[in-house]
Amino acid sequence: MTSVVTPRQERLVLLVPLVTLLMVSVAKSGIVSAFAGTAHETTLRVCADPNNMPFSNARGEGFENHLAQMIARDRHASVSYVWWAQRRGFVRNTLNARECDLVVGTVAGMEMLATTRPYYKSTYVFVSRRDRHLDIRSFDDSTLRQLKIGVQLVGDDFANTPPVHALAARGLRRNLVGYTLYGDYRAPNPPARIIDAVANGAVDVAVAWGPMAGYFAERSPVALDVVPVSPRIDLPFLPFVFDIAMGVRRGDSTFRHQLDDFIERRRDSIDSLLAAYDVPRVDRSVVRSQTRASRGSGG
Amino acid sequence: MPCVASLGSMQRVRLICAAMVVASSWSCKPEPSRSTGSMSASVGTAPQVSNGEVDSSADDGQWVRPAKDFASTRFSGLTEINATNVKNLRPIATFSTGALRGHESAPLVVGSTMYVITPYPNVVYALDLTKPGLPAKWSYNPKPALASQGVACCDVVNRGLVFDAGKLFFNTLDNRTIALDANSGKPVWETQVGDINLGETMTMAPLVAHGVVLIGDSGGEMGVRGWLKGLDENSGKVLWTAYHTGPDKDVLISAAFRPFYPQDQGKDLGVSSWPPDAWKIGGGTMWGWISYDPQQDLIFYGTANPGPWNHEVRPGDNKWTSTLFARKPTTGEAVWAYQLSPHDIHDYDGINEQILVDLPIGGQTRKVLIRPERNGYVYVMDRTNGQVLSAEPYGFVNASAGVDLKTGRLKYNPEKEPKLGKVVREICPAAPGMKDWQPSAYSPRTGMLYIPHQNLCMDEESLSANYIAGTPYVGMNVKMYPGPGGNRGELEAWNPQTGKQVWAVKEDLPVWSGAVATAGDLVFYGTMDGWFKAVDARTGAPLWQFKTGSGIIGQPITYRGPDGHQYVAVLSGVGGWSGAIVAGGLDARDSSAALGFVNAMKDLPSKTTKGGMLYVFGL
Repeated sequence: MTSVVTPRQERLVLLVPLVTLLMVSVAKSGIVSAFAGTAHETTLRVCADPNNMPFSNARGEGFENHLAQMIARDRHASVSYVWWAQRRGFVRNTLNARECDLVVGTVAGMEMLATTRPYYKSTYVFVSRRDRHLDIRSFDDSTLRQLKIGVQLVGDDFANTPPVHALAARGLRRNLVGYTLYGDYRAPNPPARIIDAVANGAVDVAVAWGPMAGYFAERSPVALDVVPVSPRIDLPFLPFVFDIAMGVRRGDSTFRHQLDDFIERRRDSIDSLLAAYDVPRVDRSVVRSQTRASRGSGG
Repeated sequence: MPCVASLGSMQRVRLICAAMVVASSWSCKPEPSRSTGSMSASVGTAPQVSNGEVDSSADDGQWVRPAKDFASTRFSGLTEINATNVKNLRPIATFSTGALRGHESAPLVVGSTMYVITPYPNVVYALDLTKPGLPAKWSYNPKPALASQGVACCDVVNRGLVFDAGKLFFNTLDNRTIALDANSGKPVWETQVGDINLGETMTMAPLVAHGVVLIGDSGGEMGVRGWLKGLDENSGKVLWTAYHTGPDKDVLISAAFRPFYPQDQGKDLGVSSWPPDAWKIGGGTMWGWISYDPQQDLIFYGTANPGPWNHEVRPGDNKWTSTLFARKPTTGEAVWAYQLSPHDIHDYDGINEQILVDLPIGGQTRKVLIRPERNGYVYVMDRTNGQVLSAEPYGFVNASAGVDLKTGRLKYNPEKEPKLGKVVREICPAAPGMKDWQPSAYSPRTGMLYIPHQNLCMDEESLSANYIAGTPYVGMNVKMYPGPGGNRGELEAWNPQTGKQVWAVKEDLPVWSGAVATAGDLVFYGTMDGWFKAVDARTGAPLWQFKTGSGIIGQPITYRGPDGHQYVAVLSGVGGWSGAIVAGGLDARDSSAALGFVNAMKDLPSKTTKGGMLYVFGL
């Protein structure tokens, strides 16, 4: 599952250069039907970030790209993309602007769209260099007080990623080193800079969302350990595990039910796909990246 | 704050005057000789504006920069339109800008030409004031990158052009500063000063002082490190860059730096007042107003909020965000600084306007700077040294309990501090502050500051799932709603000597337009449902109003036309952060949209529709 599936008949009008922050390619075909699961449907219009591995990129290399292909094949359709950085305004300007009809990955229960049943549940993880032997598993580990801890920052709307709150609540604000989720969009996969920082020693440990961390840690030139955080829910209510689902427009219930059905039927294929991208799972017994880590294969 | 790009069609501004021939004989030279000397000598008893430019006998009838003069008074010495005849004011020309987003800019008048700049795509139009209907002479479309719309935090606005020495200067949303020949509309130079890939955009109007074009960036929500740059007026070359976070050498703080208060004294505070390296993404952009005192040869401006919004990750004062700077325009060197909102926790940017006047205080005339600040206080400061002389609330404030005049420190109310898992209710003012970017006006005749502002409070609560760049987290819900009294805005007349309100006109909607005061003792402003109004400068009594096609968030101006008569002009075209529900087509059911502003503006779509139009009024 490492080769790129060439998107057959994919109407990818623009190969998006990484220097382009936001770009939209609209299906050229004049036969894009309204996506309500009709028999006439020929194109699956997917809203996706062109520069955010392991989820998606403009070259179709992400697991969400592959999942979109699987769905399209299942429906005898081809895939077209509307590219937009997955930030504030993403859903509004793509899905809800009817430029496209499917967001392959979003957090279950997000209010701006209608989400399917979850197809995986992952967790925030601690990432550290294996040669440091830190073995941090909990926010309550007293070792953290001695360390520079990389965390990711959201930026606007007063919110932040859950590790920020958990660590701040434990009096570790001065230990935090912030990396924005936005980053420099000219570079590939901007959120991954936090993993680079662990590898090059800029921080001792990072706390990041599992799928991104698992993927880049596994491919790092330096052996990195990826360990799910604990607790899973910090009191009073701060979750570190999240269900990830697909998103459609509110009201597209027929399509949503079809996707629910697809997720159920193809569960094994989806699991294999996610495993190939080293997505840490908390809804399956095997957390692959940990397994690999224990084999000590390293970089 | 909506990132707003709707794709495609509406961005295409038609160049309605593309085929127009530029008249070679046309001149845009200032016409100082045509002063009428109509203003009385009553300024003698009223406070003097520092640079003398607003003395009405000297008023050349032009409007060459959004703030009118270097002191940023937005005061016109023209008197033809007054309380008696303003009722006869009627539209004499209109002009569609072809743009649908928020129109926050001020038209300029130079000689017999009016210049207008639109929101993205930042098209500049030159209109001929000598001909009926004000036909366009030329237009210039800088064609900003489509992608820049997705980066802008808060609608794709532009706050205006500035004219100096035969050239027009403006910024594009995709971070270019452009100089146009004011006669021909041809570009003279263009300098790329920022990068949308780093989250930067530009929305502010430049100021030209001492031959230097002063510009700043937007994007504090995107992990940007804010700056102000000085560009050579003739070549566009960047002469200096002053960052607003980081080590002293980056902030252009040298041995000559003399802040008044201990809180602002020390080495490399732009580093040490942050957690390690956090200053690199610490915000402190500059998307608002700059004033200039030619006597002192100092510019004054404030910086925006620290990033990220959530304060728990950035313990410390977070210098030099939400800070007022005095700098030398030619070198950028900081002379003094004063942090208005240390460790801001409520998104109180410090980019508002400052008006430079000389006021009698405590028996002596002080060179002061008046700032109606976002945190809810009108600061009166000694502009020679940065001392706060007074800071009085101009609306209902409970997020803080005033400013300690000994230490200069804002006294936060810990009960209103946002915390995860805790619902904090009734934080006043709300995130846009008591007043956002919309500039006030000052009349030396009345000694009053006319402050257009909002009256909003907010609740903050957590717990709605969100997902950015493939990363889930629990978002914060911000809900804004009207403050005490139920009106969402007002035009307030303020006496900066007493620190007290003189009168206020309550408005249902936030007053998101600028204000203009005249020697005819009138104040003009607009409302978000499209009414353009004149009130009596001394009493606030309503004297005239006209309903424009869309909500007004622009900056009105007044000028003397080539026919010798006084006119008033304003851009109508709702949008901005407050008007995003209309300009961005947001869903009224999503009360947290536009960072909670939509909740306070649910009725706006029933009161106005989008669309940019210039209105010119005369007697």
